[in-house]
Amino acid sequence: MADLLLELFSEEIPARMQAQAAKDLERLVVGALSDRGLLFEGAKAFFGPRRLTLAIAGLPAKQPDVSEELKGPKVDAPQAALDGFLRKTGLTKEQLKIEKTPKGDVYLAVIARKGRDTAQVLAEILPEAFAKLPWPKSMRFPGSAVRWVRPLHAIVATFDGEVVPFEFAGVTSGNVTHGHRFLSSGPITVRRFDDYVDALRKAHVVLDAEERKAIIFEGVKQAAFVHGLEMIPDEALLDEVAGLAEYPQVLIGAIEDQFMDVPPEILQTSMRTHQKYFSLRDPKTGKMANRFALVAATVASDAGKEIVAGNERVLRARLSDAKFFWDQDRKRTLESRVDDLKGIVFHARLGTQYQRAKRVATLSQFIAKEIGLINVDAVIASRAAMLAKADLTTGVVGEFPELQGVMGRYYVMHFSHEQVVADTVRDHYKPLGPTDSVPTNKITISVALADKLDMLTGFFVNGEKPSGSGDPYALRRAALGIVRIILENQTRIHLFDAIEASGFELLVSKLDIRHDPEAMVFIDEIRESFRSHGSIFGPSASGKFVFEQIQEFSNPFYGQVVPELLSFIFDRLKVALREKGTRHDLIDAVFSLGNEDDLVRLVARVEALQSFLKTDEGVNLLAGYKRAANILKAEEKKDKTTFDGEPDPEALTAPEEKALYVELATASEMIRAEVERERFVEAMGVMARLRGPVDAFFDKVTVNDKDAKLRENRLKLLARLRATLHQVADFSKIEG
Amino acid sequence: MAKAKTFQDLILTLQNYWAGQGCLILQPYDLEMGAGTFHPATTLRALGPRPWRAAYVQPSRRPKDGRYGENPNRLQHYYQFQVVLKPAPKDVLDLYLGSVRAIGLDPDLHDIRFVEDDWESPTLGAWGLGWEVWCDGMEITQFTYFQQVGGIDCDPVSAEITYGLERLAMYVQNVEFVYDLAYNENFRYGEVFHQNEIEQSTFNFELADTDILFQHFKDAEKQCRELLEPNRKMALPAYDQCIKASHAFNLLDARGVISTTERAAYIGRVRALAKACCEAWLETPMGAYTPRFG
Repeated sequence: MADLLLELFSEEIPARMQAQAAKDLERLVVGALSDRGLLFEGAKAFFGPRRLTLAIAGLPAKQPDVSEELKGPKVDAPQAALDGFLRKTGLTKEQLKIEKTPKGDVYLAVIARKGRDTAQVLAEILPEAFAKLPWPKSMRFPGSAVRWVRPLHAIVATFDGEVVPFEFAGVTSGNVTHGHRFLSSGPITVRRFDDYVDALRKAHVVLDAEERKAIIFEGVKQAAFVHGLEMIPDEALLDEVAGLAEYPQVLIGAIEDQFMDVPPEILQTSMRTHQKYFSLRDPKTGKMANRFALVAATVASDAGKEIVAGNERVLRARLSDAKFFWDQDRKRTLESRVDDLKGIVFHARLGTQYQRAKRVATLSQFIAKEIGLINVDAVIASRAAMLAKADLTTGVVGEFPELQGVMGRYYVMHFSHEQVVADTVRDHYKPLGPTDSVPTNKITISVALADKLDMLTGFFVNGEKPSGSGDPYALRRAALGIVRIILENQTRIHLFDAIEASGFELLVSKLDIRHDPEAMVFIDEIRESFRSHGSIFGPSASGKFVFEQIQEFSNPFYGQVVPELLSFIFDRLKVALREKGTRHDLIDAVFSLGNEDDLVRLVARVEALQSFLKTDEGVNLLAGYKRAANILKAEEKKDKTTFDGEPDPEALTAPEEKALYVELATASEMIRAEVERERFVEAMGVMARLRGPVDAFFDKVTVNDKDAKLRENRLKLLARLRATLHQVADFSKIEG
Repeated sequence: MAKAKTFQDLILTLQNYWAGQGCLILQPYDLEMGAGTFHPATTLRALGPRPWRAAYVQPSRRPKDGRYGENPNRLQHYYQFQVVLKPAPKDVLDLYLGSVRAIGLDPDLHDIRFVEDDWESPTLGAWGLGWEVWCDGMEITQFTYFQQVGGIDCDPVSAEITYGLERLAMYVQNVEFVYDLAYNENFRYGEVFHQNEIEQSTFNFELADTDILFQHFKDAEKQCRELLEPNRKMALPAYDQCIKASHAFNLLDARGVISTTERAAYIGRVRALAKACCEAWLETPMGAYTPRFG
């Protein structure tokens, strides 16, 4: 058993590509080894700014010997066929075996392949594996026929301490590597992984990214602590800086007081995006501190004095720029910027950000009223929606797109101090991820829902639904956002109505009639025409819009977009509920009734159902239902009919079926009434009472009686049971 | 190594250093352009098989970056020091680091890093992979391995090194405000350029006549096309027109009269010109794949 050490030493690899490249390298080499029958004990890949390293332990010195059987022509085949086979296998006729098969005797060649030396195999497969490495971006460079992420300078490839010779990208493999770019000089000769790691450490290179991360994390923590501060956690930044330094050193710098009036979000974003500094805060107040932590890639001979001074100067310039934008942006109100949105395209087929803001504003107002806000508040929602995207035209957001919303809030507060509008401008993007909080103010809820619905409806109308892993517009996130906002706030809204309203806004936007007073006179008629799938003629007084355009939009909208979008949102609901431990078959059972678009009510129903099914009554009733449904299914198939009619009370004979008939009649009515009042737990209680009669019925009564009339009547009774339970949920979807 | 004390010391040091590496020391191109890359000594010479090594200062005009002389480091007119090495030598990063030492930035005291920054010029139809080089968190150089120019593969691949001279000088001189830079022993940068920044910013943002500029753009585009007609094929004068069109566009952009959608269209038009010029250049004896002169 022996070990393989590989290192690809190049010019600086982009931080964001390193981890995946190491994984890919491992996958490719390991795959090539197994293809050649070379098993091993363990493999570990490492990555850093200038090198990818792979260590594979416990490889055999040779491939195992194998024998391969190859079927040839039939024994009675023409000589030419046999000659061909002999040429192919390199054997003589005497060396062939004969195998009996159902089709007659055939020649069989048994070819023994001697296992080759592992080193020899490696020399072949390694360059092939490297060539397959899928860099997100790669380049040509002089002297190489293959592309690599940046010019490649050296390859270490040793097996059992000896060089595995090959060439790749114009570089000949060997046992020589290099240490830190500035803290080490001269080549380093290595033999095995252990001495390699030690040699690198002496040459100021920490090979393992996890170790570098730990050094940085601890370093920042310690240094902050000295100043009575703590670091603001930032895992992504930690990953990135660990990929930028082979020998990380943490240093602390100061932020000038003149910048501490600039919103902390701007400071933090500027430091993070441009300079990759960690922000620090006061652990007591949570307020951002006037200190930052930087990670240098070298150890300076003056203990980092110059480095800190330099970084402070750069930061001063950066923050001056940010402060300039912040000051400039506050010279114009957000209102005055709304018109500028006409110059920003949201999506080629969905118009400008201005058109989008208009749609969202109208839809927000609609939703606000639907969820019970008074008119004044609905108007505020619409105003907030109009302002919500205006910060996209500001200098700060131009510089730091991730501050959209956050900046809008500052600008609203600066000019008008409308707290609700300001909060809505900031929070209408929420929730930004599964762990982000949802807005709770009803005005904000209206805009947040409208914003997401407009995206979803728009892209679904365009046929750009997410597929598989492809979701470029983050529509799944938008749908999950809708689900979470509704459930966490217990917001009562009919999604169908909201989607319909959103679709109508999209139509109006596409017809481009919002600013056409002539056309707007007919807005109600157009809405009617849209709602009736274009079957009512749209007015064409201004000549700009016609019946065909409305119909062309509304037919696929109602036929396809609405059901697809509803089920897309329900899919997200299922995902969200599954995480809370709700059974997804129960969600299906309620959803497939087809008339439930109020998520709050749907979930209440599902939860009541879930508790019911945990009781004895529930379990037994479900069993009874399944039995009934199975019988019905079989008999309906046999008779090619359904038994959905009213059973004839006169034709009931057995006391158990009479009892069931009576119970069903009252239960059915009571369940209907309870469901109508959304008293789902009570509805389940009524269902529980059916358990006894159902059990007794199946105990004593033969459904498939010889008497055709009795049989039909009993089947109708079972159909009645099925229909009664379906008032609550489609029990056939329930598992177990 | 002693630090380059003045702005002009910095230029002289870099010139001497790169002259020592076998570079031609060229002079600035005499047209307004956004970056040293536009100089034909880079754009055109990066194409074709002939080896090339050149270094030069290029005044760079970025109308949108004007700040009326009030911003500590943003200028609408500044200097780039540009180096083109074709083919890119294997030790090009060491050569580059030699230049950093030459101007007095000692890696023993400073944190020098190569941070991913791929370069793309949509107007030139050019792109490459490389880094911005950081010194103590400040970008002091853009380093690029050219992959394509004018939509044409660069073969062999060149290395392009671009130093932002003012920023670098500010760093070396430990100056916060660009206008405080010592240009030489007797003059500050502000004495040479501050008035220019105020007036040119006013021109760029307020006074540039957009009708004239739109006409300039059209004229340059027309002239460029005409020069590239099959019976003419004047790659170099045509490329001058392409540079002029690009600058007219930059001014229009600064005046804020070009919408987002139009913007892409204008860039596309300049790119089409650049591409046509590059193609024509490759048919000239100097640019040709088949060298006709020694």
